[in-house]
Amino acid sequence: MAIFITEASKVIVQGMTGSEGQKHTTRMLASGTTIVGGVNPRKAGTTVTFPQGDLTVDVPVFGTVAEAMAATGADVSVIFVPPAHTKGAVMEAIDAGMPLSVIITEGVPVADTAEFFAHAQAKGVRLIGPNCPGLISPGKSNVGIIPADITGPGKIGLVSKSGTLTYQMMYELRDFGFSTAIGIGGDPIIGTTHIDALEAFENDPETAAIVMIGEIGGDAEERAAAYIQAHVTKPVVGYVAGFTAPEGKTMGHAGAIVSGSSGTAQAKKEALEAAGVRVGKTPSETAAIMREILSA
Amino acid sequence: MDLFEYQARDIFEKHGVPVLGGVIATTPEEARNGAAELLGRGGSPVVVVKAQVKTGGRGKAGGVKLARSADEAFERAEEILGLDIKGHVVRTVMIAEGAAIAQEFYFSLLLDRANRTYLAMCSVEGGMEIEQLAVERPEALAKVAVDPRVGIDAAKAAEIVAAAGFEVEIGAKVAPVLVKLWDVYKGEDATLVEVNPLVLTEGGDIVALDGKVTLDENAEFRHADHAELEDAAAADPLEAKAKAAGLNYVKLDGSVGIIGNGAGLVMSTLDVVAYAGESHGGVKPANFLDIGGGASAEIMAAGLDVILGDAQVKSVFVNVFGGITACDAVANGIVKALEILGDAATKPLVVRLDGNNVVEGRRILTEAAHPLVTLVDTMDGAADKAAELANA
Repeated sequence: MAIFITEASKVIVQGMTGSEGQKHTTRMLASGTTIVGGVNPRKAGTTVTFPQGDLTVDVPVFGTVAEAMAATGADVSVIFVPPAHTKGAVMEAIDAGMPLSVIITEGVPVADTAEFFAHAQAKGVRLIGPNCPGLISPGKSNVGIIPADITGPGKIGLVSKSGTLTYQMMYELRDFGFSTAIGIGGDPIIGTTHIDALEAFENDPETAAIVMIGEIGGDAEERAAAYIQAHVTKPVVGYVAGFTAPEGKTMGHAGAIVSGSSGTAQAKKEALEAAGVRVGKTPSETAAIMREILSA
Repeated sequence: MDLFEYQARDIFEKHGVPVLGGVIATTPEEARNGAAELLGRGGSPVVVVKAQVKTGGRGKAGGVKLARSADEAFERAEEILGLDIKGHVVRTVMIAEGAAIAQEFYFSLLLDRANRTYLAMCSVEGGMEIEQLAVERPEALAKVAVDPRVGIDAAKAAEIVAAAGFEVEIGAKVAPVLVKLWDVYKGEDATLVEVNPLVLTEGGDIVALDGKVTLDENAEFRHADHAELEDAAAADPLEAKAKAAGLNYVKLDGSVGIIGNGAGLVMSTLDVVAYAGESHGGVKPANFLDIGGGASAEIMAAGLDVILGDAQVKSVFVNVFGGITACDAVANGIVKALEILGDAATKPLVVRLDGNNVVEGRRILTEAAHPLVTLVDTMDGAADKAAELANA
C-alpha cells in the first residue's frame, strides 16, 4: 500500500523541460516511477527523451495539466517551476482536479502558498510542500528529489520537515527499509502536515512504526503530539532539530524560527514525550530507539 | 524582514492608511530641523521623539519623549540616540507629529500557521501589550479568519469591527482603514501588519499611530524596492559577507564552525556538536551554515572563507549527506577550496561524508591527505572530534 504514492501512481512533471525538471525526471524514471508526461504550453506536442536503463523512453509534453490528465490518467503532479511561476502551476493542477500535487520549489512567497492551499482545500485535493524533497515509496514510486538508493521497501513510515534529515534517517535505518518516506517541507504554510501523514501511516497496513522528524518554529509538532495521543496506535519515535537555535534567528527554513517561548525544540520534545512518543536526542539515538522497537 | 516604525509609516502612507507626519533623524541637529518643520506645519503644538528599534517596550525604556519646541526635540533626541533598549542601540529617531488621542484601539493581520490562513485580531482596548490582553482578557480581543483569496473587503472589515465591539459610528470609520491595511499586507507581501495603537483623535479621525510590519523575503523578486529597507548597519559583518555570497549563514557564539547541506541536517549538527561539547570543555557551535544542494568547490570555498573569518572559530565540522549532491563533488570542493584559500586556511577541518558516491568522496579526501583534514565515518564521531579539536 504505502501512503500517497504507490506502484499504480501515474506522474506528470510540471517544469519537466527545465534543467531541474529534466535532471530529476531522469532520476525518478531510473528509480521506477511511472512518468506519463510533462507540461509546457510552449512545447506541447513534442516529446523529451530520457535514458532508462540501457534504453531510452520518450515522455510526451502536453500544453496543460488537464490535457495531460485526459490523455494519460495521471493522478500525481510534481512541480519544479521557479518561485515566480509556482502559484500559477499549482493553481492549474488544482483546477484540473489533480488529486495530488507535490511542490518541490524553494522560495515560494507565503502569500502564494496561502492562496493555493485555500484553493486546494476548496477543491478537495492534496498538496505536499512547497520547499520539500517530495516522497518515496521505495521500490514503487519516487516523486521528487529523494535519492532512491539509500534504502529499500520496509515497514517504517517517515515524515519530516527536512530533506537531508530524511535522507540521514533513511540511511540510519537502511537495514529495515521504509513503506513511505515523506518530506513535508519547512515553510510556514505547507499542504500536507505531520498529522496528515501520521493519519495515513496509521491507516496503512504496510507501515508498522513511524518516525516523525520535526524542527523549531510553529506548533505543528505539539499538535501532532496531541493527535498521536488520541488517534495513533502504532509506535512513533520522534526527533526534533534545533535545541541550540537562538531566539529570533531563522535557521534556513522560512518557518524555522524560535519566537519568544514558542517554537522551541524543548517544548516540542516535551509535548511528544507527554503523548508517549519516545524522542531521540540525535538522529543516531532516534534510529537506535526505532531499532529497539522493531527488534522487540 | 522586520521593518522599523518609520518604514512601516511610509508604507502605510503609500497605501492610503491615515498616518501623522514624521521625519527621521540620526543626530540631534537633524531632530531639531525635523521638529521645526513639523511644528511649522501648525498641525500639532507638540512633536514626539521616538526611538527606532525593532523591539517592544521602548516607552518604558525612555525611548519615547514629547517635545514642545525644536530645541526640546534636539535635547530629547540627544537623550534617546545611543540608548540601549534590550540590546538594540538606537541609531535613528523618528520625530512625529503629536496627536490628541480620544481612544486607542488595536489591529493586526498575520499569518496563522496552525490554520494555514490569515488571521485578523482587533480590540477596542489598544495601547497595551497585546500578549497581556490576550492572556488576561481574551474576550476583549476579536479573532477573525481572513481568506487569503479574498482578503479584507468591505464585508470582512464590517465583520471584524462588529466582532471587536466598536460603537457603530466609530466602527464605520475604522472599517475602511482595515481595507487599506489589507492593501498593505497583500500589496507588500507582508506576513504581519500590526497597528498599536490605532487611534480616534479628538478631531474624530482614525490614525495609525504606531506600526509594525514584517515582510516576506521570499517575495523580494516582485518588490525591487524592499532591498533598501534592509538594516545593513545592524547585520553582523560575517552574516553580510555570507549573504553577499548567497549563503545561508547565522552567526552564533561558540568555537566549532559548522558547514552542512540542508537546513534540518545543519540544525541537527549544531545540536550534536553542542552535546559532544559537554565532554570537551563546553565548546559550542560557532554558526549555522547551509550550503544547500549543490556543494560546488566555489560554494564550499565561500563557506569556508566566511567561517575561517570568524576569529572565535577553533575547528570546523563539515557534515554532508549526499542526496542529489554526490560526495565526490563535495570532496573535490573541499580539496579545491583549501587550494583557493591557501595559507588563509589555518583551522582543522573534520569531515563526515555519507550517501551518494561516498566511497569515491572518501577516497579523494584520503588521497589528498591535507594536513588540516580529518575524515570521520559517523556524524556523532565527527562532532566529538571537532569539539575535541576546538577545546585543544
